Amino acid sequence: MSVNPQLEGRRYPRTAPYLVGREKVREFARAVLATSPLSLDPEAARAAGHADVVAPPTFPVVIQEATLAQLLADPEAGVDFSRVVHGDQRFRYSRPIVAGDELTAVMTVTSVKSLGGNSMVTAESEIVDAAGDHVVTAISTLVVRGEEEGA
Amino acid sequence: MSLEVGQVVAEREYALSRDSLVRYAGASGDFNPIHYRDDVAASVGLPGVLAHGMLTMGLAIQPVVDWLGDPARVLDYQVRFTRPVVVDAAEGATVTVVAKVGAIEEDAVRIDLTVSAVGQTVLGKAQARVAPPA
Repeated sequence: MSVNPQLEGRRYPRTAPYLVGREKVREFARAVLATSPLSLDPEAARAAGHADVVAPPTFPVVIQEATLAQLLADPEAGVDFSRVVHGDQRFRYSRPIVAGDELTAVMTVTSVKSLGGNSMVTAESEIVDAAGDHVVTAISTLVVRGEEEGA
Repeated sequence: MSLEVGQVVAEREYALSRDSLVRYAGASGDFNPIHYRDDVAASVGLPGVLAHGMLTMGLAIQPVVDWLGDPARVLDYQVRFTRPVVVDAAEGATVTVVAKVGAIEEDAVRIDLTVSAVGQTVLGKAQARVAPPA
């Protein structure tokens, strides 16, 4: 199985709404060793002008994950999960995620390249809030290792 | 705040243990067993249990967030995963983050991160565009 070059440009269906919970934000913040009171203490977050605790910058990966699962589950994509290595990651923010947000994401495969027997798949997941306003775009490049030398 | 290119704005060391990896697995939902099982890591040819790349990315921005005072000031953040962080069952691993001013733009500052473990950088092109603190 190898990555389908026709994948480039493919857009996947919008994900089911993800409701960002306060305790989830705090759990994630502790897990990435965050110390900002804005991610841990609702009072501190409100005092800084946010509606509730502010998710750490890499929290969008939790919502992006549902979109990458669509790619891995797509039989036409030919992306073999056991051969995938995370190459690059990027987040472009319009605003931070805060507890209480209800988010959905739409992923587009923006590039498929072959390089020395490996494939590089870049996918952009655009995450919006319940009003449809852009929150953050999460961009991953996955390296799919080839099965044989020079394959 | 007056800033100049090359200035170190934040610097920190993080001690990671297997517990840190299990905690991140639970918080993020990434339960790939190469991040907590030695036998699985060995069976796919890895030098040991590895920290999640997204955990390294997640902690590397924290000294910058603390310097900025608000995660909302991070406008863009990117990394390339260039070398894995092996987390020993007994010894853990230490990840060092140094954040420097890389460029000063009209309405933002580019912060370049040097993230290393055992003296070797583990992230490439680790950059954040931020709105600097007032």
